[in-house]
Amino acid sequence: MQIEKEPKILAILCKWCSYAGADLAGTSRFAYPANVRIVQVPCSGRVDPIMIFKAFVEGYDGVMVSGCHPGDCHYTTGNYHARRRIAVARRLLEFVGVHPDRMHFTWISAAEGKKFAEVCSRFTDKLKNLSGTEKTLARKELAT
Amino acid sequence: MAKVGVFVCHCGVNIAAKVDVKKVVDTLKDMPEVGFAQEYKFMCSSPGQELIRKAIKDNNINRVVVAACSPRMHLPTFQKALASEGLNPYLVSMANIREQCSWVTDDPAEATQKAIDLVARQIKRVVHQDPLDEIYVPMTKTALVIGGGIAGIQAALDIADGNRKVILVEKSPSIGGRMAQLDETFPTLDCSQCILTPKMVEAAQHPNIEIRVNSEVKKVDGYVGNFEVTIEKKATYVDAQKCIGCGICQEKCPVKTVPDDFNAGLNTRAAIAIPFPQAVPAIPVIEADYCKKLIENKCGVCAKICPAEAVVYDDTPKQETVNVGAIVVATGYREMDPAVYTEYGGMKYPDVITGMQFERLISSTGPTGGELKRPSDGKIPKTVVFVQCVGSRDESKAHAYCSGICCMYTAKHTMLYKHHVPDGQAYVSYIDVRAPGKTYEEFVRRAIEEEDVRYLRGRVAKIRRLQNGQYRVYTEDTLVGRAVHIDADMVVLASAVEPQKDAVGLAQILGIACDADGFYTEAHPKLKPIETASAGVFLAGACQGPKDIPASVQQGSAAASKVLALFAKDTMVKSPQIAAVDPTACTGCLTCSYVCHYSAIEEKEFGKRRVAEIIPGKCQGCGACVATCKGKAITLAGFSDDEIYEEIVSCR
Repeated sequence: MQIEKEPKILAILCKWCSYAGADLAGTSRFAYPANVRIVQVPCSGRVDPIMIFKAFVEGYDGVMVSGCHPGDCHYTTGNYHARRRIAVARRLLEFVGVHPDRMHFTWISAAEGKKFAEVCSRFTDKLKNLSGTEKTLARKELAT
Repeated sequence: MAKVGVFVCHCGVNIAAKVDVKKVVDTLKDMPEVGFAQEYKFMCSSPGQELIRKAIKDNNINRVVVAACSPRMHLPTFQKALASEGLNPYLVSMANIREQCSWVTDDPAEATQKAIDLVARQIKRVVHQDPLDEIYVPMTKTALVIGGGIAGIQAALDIADGNRKVILVEKSPSIGGRMAQLDETFPTLDCSQCILTPKMVEAAQHPNIEIRVNSEVKKVDGYVGNFEVTIEKKATYVDAQKCIGCGICQEKCPVKTVPDDFNAGLNTRAAIAIPFPQAVPAIPVIEADYCKKLIENKCGVCAKICPAEAVVYDDTPKQETVNVGAIVVATGYREMDPAVYTEYGGMKYPDVITGMQFERLISSTGPTGGELKRPSDGKIPKTVVFVQCVGSRDESKAHAYCSGICCMYTAKHTMLYKHHVPDGQAYVSYIDVRAPGKTYEEFVRRAIEEEDVRYLRGRVAKIRRLQNGQYRVYTEDTLVGRAVHIDADMVVLASAVEPQKDAVGLAQILGIACDADGFYTEAHPKLKPIETASAGVFLAGACQGPKDIPASVQQGSAAASKVLALFAKDTMVKSPQIAAVDPTACTGCLTCSYVCHYSAIEEKEFGKRRVAEIIPGKCQGCGACVATCKGKAITLAGFSDDEIYEEIVSCR
């Protein structure tokens, strides 16, 4: 399956660290690909793996989840719950035929605007290289 | 039926220069949900907000989307605008087309398309938003101050003078902190004890202050206005109620081998001791690792001799829980151990000492009674080299940051040295002299010009002990471009300011963040230097970064004013964006309660079944339980599945 257009990315960001980091990328004018769409959640611990699968079903090419750095979670342990859930979700993705690298899990603090822009750019490049590599279930079939 | 008003902001040229605002409005005004659409230069301005109010009145819109900057910036502004027109403030959503679009997208066509997309998603989302009512919770008007140094004392006194109760927790046996160890203070050379001890006594006698020494904070539950704090008092083996502070136990104790922390380890003291003569409270503590009675059940002299029968060998740690509304963290700093500097002898040379050790050595309450004698042989040092930036501004060995106070206290040390040994010679090896405070630069000039202190610009390469008991200090004078060496009787290392050893542990208990160096992070480096990411937790003093006494006192007072402002209200407004269980869908597995960090989920009866119930006062709205619930029985208001999935799905 070849993707001609720019890969479309859903970024699910926690409100305290990563969303603020994305804001800082804006304030500091660090440009990143225009196909990134951000959804705010209170904490990465709120991220339900179904959100990630839903995004792929809806035609996103990649999903990024980012929370506060370990130890910095505003709710103390939410990002640890997220880390475990994502690890499981990754295996499930592979099982249904989506390349696990299409999901990126990272920590971005409120001070890391540059990191946010860089992660978006790198993830975009990675997704471009991935296009056409999935052998099993095409995502079109998943959607039906 | 939802009727959405859409308002697209130009933000001057910040948005309009990249995004074709008119095109955004024209494209979206035909969406079935949209009842009204408009563009404006500055939506956050008064006329901008008036547009929203007018549209609510005239066009009967019942939901609002503002496409402008980040909701972190202006969401409260627009929520107020809705509320003033009688619309629930939670029926507004913001599309972030500045930080997420115009500022980060190079191509105007792409930016416009992205903006349309972002606004459309919020229009779809806002339809699913429900009106929410803010939760009011009562405020506990008692403050907790952690740390009894000068910053904590100042904060406690100011809060107490504002007629609020304060609990002051101090880890060591006495309040006073680092300042109590100092001899004289820059830039006025006034005696540290003379200005500090009256404040210590005032704090101890203040009717609104309760001091808990030998105590540490173990657990913090709750949230701003209603914290529940567990404090543990260590076993001290002395009944503070009975002790009269006579000090006879300290004299008669046969064990005299405990390193004296107050004197920076220069001497040893008894196993039962009052930490220093002016200690508040003046109650001794037994050092359990050294006491013969506690180790091998021998001796017992102190109990026999105590006239007040205050010694209790079977003392145990005691925990208590207190309710407070705000917390001031003032845990201070510690002096770095320069042992990593092996080129300076790695603290193996007896006469190579740290700044704090020098401070104790010249103090009249110090181990030598105020006579400056070097530790190795008790001789009066005639040549002293002061080495600056040991551990500071040195990323390869220790810390990249500047410790801020060493330039000034070294200048002070050179002066005090010259006052003790008028015929001696002081040298200072420095990188830069940083003296930005009021009358600070004049103070350094005074050391150089009046006391004839030689300032040599350069970093010390090595210190070597000579046969004659002197120390050869190899350094350079970069201003003349020459390597030099000085044969000194004593060397003083201005060791770096470091966060306390347990700083990270306390940060995790309090839910606040540390920076890369381990100092506590303020909410905003310029505009919120006192607040932390956790509402109701404030910072004061050197725990936030290296600070001198004036700055610590300022921050202590500033934290107190924040606490008093908080306590001026009788109730706290709590965000209604919290989770709730649908008991009809709940299977009662209670997995949610295992992931809840706030113990906000309890079991309750529902008909014949047991189901989970969320306590609204305890829930902080993180949503961990929502993602955990297999039956999808939990909804997080403001971040419900409907709202989030709509954002994901409606993206085209």
